[in-house]
Amino acid sequence: MSEQSKPKRTGSKRAAAPARLRVKKTYKLYVGGKFPRSESGRSYAVTGPDGAELANAALASRKDARDAVAAARKAQRPWAGQTAYLRGQILYRAAEMLEGRAGQFAEELAEATGAEPHAALGTVEAAVDRLVHYAGWTDKVASVLGGANPVAGPYFNHTKPEPLGVVAVVAPQDDPLLGLVEAVAPVVATGNTAVVVASEDRPLPAMSFAEVLATSDLPGGVVNLLSGKVAEIAPHLASHADVNGVDLGGVGDEALAAELEAAAAGTLKVVRRPGAGGSSLDRVRRWVEYKTVWHPAGMAAGVGGGY
Amino acid sequence: MFEYSPAPEAVRPDIREHYGLFVDGKFVDAEDGSTFKSVNPATEETLFTVAEAGEADVASAVAAARRAFETVWGPMSGAERGKYLFRIARLLQERSREFAVAESIDNGKPIKETRDFDVPTAAQHFFYHAGWADKLDYAGLGPDPRPLGVVGQVIPWNFPLLMLAWKIAPALACGNTTVLKPAETTPLTALMFAELCQEAELPPGVVNILPGAGATGAALVHSPVDKIAFTGSTAVGRSIAKAVAGSKKRLTLELGGKAANIVYDDAPIDQAVEGVVNGIFFNQGHVCCAGSRLLVQESIAEDVLERLKDRVATLRVGDPLDKNTDVGAINSAEQLTRIEALAETGAADGAEAWQPECELPERGFWFRPTVFTGVQQSMRIAREEIFGPVLSVLTFRTPDEAIAKANNTPYGLSAGVWTEQGSKILWTAERLRAGVVWANTFNRFDAASPFGGLKESGYGREGGRQGLEAYLNV
Repeated sequence: MSEQSKPKRTGSKRAAAPARLRVKKTYKLYVGGKFPRSESGRSYAVTGPDGAELANAALASRKDARDAVAAARKAQRPWAGQTAYLRGQILYRAAEMLEGRAGQFAEELAEATGAEPHAALGTVEAAVDRLVHYAGWTDKVASVLGGANPVAGPYFNHTKPEPLGVVAVVAPQDDPLLGLVEAVAPVVATGNTAVVVASEDRPLPAMSFAEVLATSDLPGGVVNLLSGKVAEIAPHLASHADVNGVDLGGVGDEALAAELEAAAAGTLKVVRRPGAGGSSLDRVRRWVEYKTVWHPAGMAAGVGGGY
Repeated sequence: MFEYSPAPEAVRPDIREHYGLFVDGKFVDAEDGSTFKSVNPATEETLFTVAEAGEADVASAVAAARRAFETVWGPMSGAERGKYLFRIARLLQERSREFAVAESIDNGKPIKETRDFDVPTAAQHFFYHAGWADKLDYAGLGPDPRPLGVVGQVIPWNFPLLMLAWKIAPALACGNTTVLKPAETTPLTALMFAELCQEAELPPGVVNILPGAGATGAALVHSPVDKIAFTGSTAVGRSIAKAVAGSKKRLTLELGGKAANIVYDDAPIDQAVEGVVNGIFFNQGHVCCAGSRLLVQESIAEDVLERLKDRVATLRVGDPLDKNTDVGAINSAEQLTRIEALAETGAADGAEAWQPECELPERGFWFRPTVFTGVQQSMRIAREEIFGPVLSVLTFRTPDEAIAKANNTPYGLSAGVWTEQGSKILWTAERLRAGVVWANTFNRFDAASPFGGLKESGYGREGGRQGLEAYLNV
């Protein structure tokens, strides 16, 4: 299946062998904290904007998507069960890891998007800052979105936001690192886990970002990254009964987006439509559910109905 | 059991022989002249005829709502909008008995419930949301929340006026105008509410009421509204979600449920039994958040069941307008058939049915309170929403097992937990996948408390600060 590589992208114009042969990275998927190849054995060639071939990426299959959902489901309850403080520290740790490798990511991003090196570095730094921003949200969301409700009766009543569960994210196509961070951080900040389909044509920065996540104490399975064809993978995620929410932010094709939203309706998933904007709190709020708990207050509180 | 003399409610509301659609502030007949009848489920007598809205009527109602949004309601200050809602709340309170009796007659639910719960809670909803109208900037949803525009709302027959209030009050408070379709078996209080809007001098087109059945609802979903809010079955909710896919229409859904009511061995047993009875037999079990699965810890199951049956045997089933009635009529022949069919599967699947011996009226739609024991999770009566006075009893040994069984459903609307141990309540509530958890109580509702479900029970909340989000662009 794989489109085998054509001429080498980087231009050594010398005919002779280099003094030292560069060790290139094999880009793989990131599922359950591990870096597997696609179970299908497929890959696809990734090129820069000038058409030069950059690397091969794993071409994820339906089975990979299902494995990723299973990994995300398994990780969800323990992740949500961690304290918000700890989740915040882990997201902050991811920011630290990305900062430390900013130069490498800037280079990778420049190659992927054709951005000027300086601009690419700025984008990476913006991604670091977004991680820091969302790290700070983890232990504030509940007090901002929830609270006590003044009901007209002798009851203690409070509402608390809780994670939706497993969220499938189709990451933005044109902004392969910052766009992905902006989509994924609000998902996991509140205790959801994510299955992310990276930018189809520019997956490499996302797949390298997996290395940042893997070294940030983020438990395996909390974020799972797939590279491949959106039109092939996303329908399986949108219709998967163990997925609770779908972010269609990176689906450019309107007809496909409508199809995915209709598929998501099968199990009444929460859907974020393409083009949905909003503040970081709006993004966080999208992936929470509210749970309201009642309890009688005071000895005189009646518990039965009117019977 | 004491013998009670009949205690019929004396007030009789003024029910017209025929009601039109309420469009642009006026009652009009359907463009194609269609009508249907509303029946008193306790007597099977026809109460009145009502116009049935078709596509053309939906179009004119949506156009009226759009005009009202653009020219009157949208530009109006929040404070002034709020005053209209306060006025509506006050009128509802003033006319509460009339509404309560009308609701009982049209729906079949006991006067005790409409009088003490449905109508006062509906009035509270308007009063509560009236106060939000000029304070939306402080709702925590962003600096300048804007209305969505015209909203289409479709409500069920189990709490006709209350569901109307849950829909219309927040929509109007947030500056939207609305086209609402009441359920085909219970249009009466929605039409009386339309009269009340006239009385409140609400600008024409702000509220439009279109009686009709599924086809009317579908026409509304496909009309050029900005948002659909639906309360009803999961099957219909799913089809609506599919219908709006790919559009700009916003959607909130409040769908079915199969709530677990967990009774631990350290629960206050008498209170728990009272709560279990309330949880499933309130409103004839026509409640999406009904506690239809009792999960009782094995060590106390025998004792709980005995007390439960003793208590159920004292429920008075019959005339909804009798002030002593606990369980009224099933809302429609169709619903009765559905309950009977599902109850039959329970017996066929091997569960044991128990019903108190109580006399049922000769006419009307009735179903005795029913308790199934020996229920397995695989049985249809443990999985499907019956929407009737039918309780399925399952047992568990450990708290973990209780949680696993409680969450073993595609629904996630509500749940109950009974124990005297505070930490166990919090431990359990944390793990239950439900939008509302009642601890040592059940079926409590309040305008200030957000209500709504997870998973296939839908999305969006109604009530409280969180409920405003459904009607605002933030």
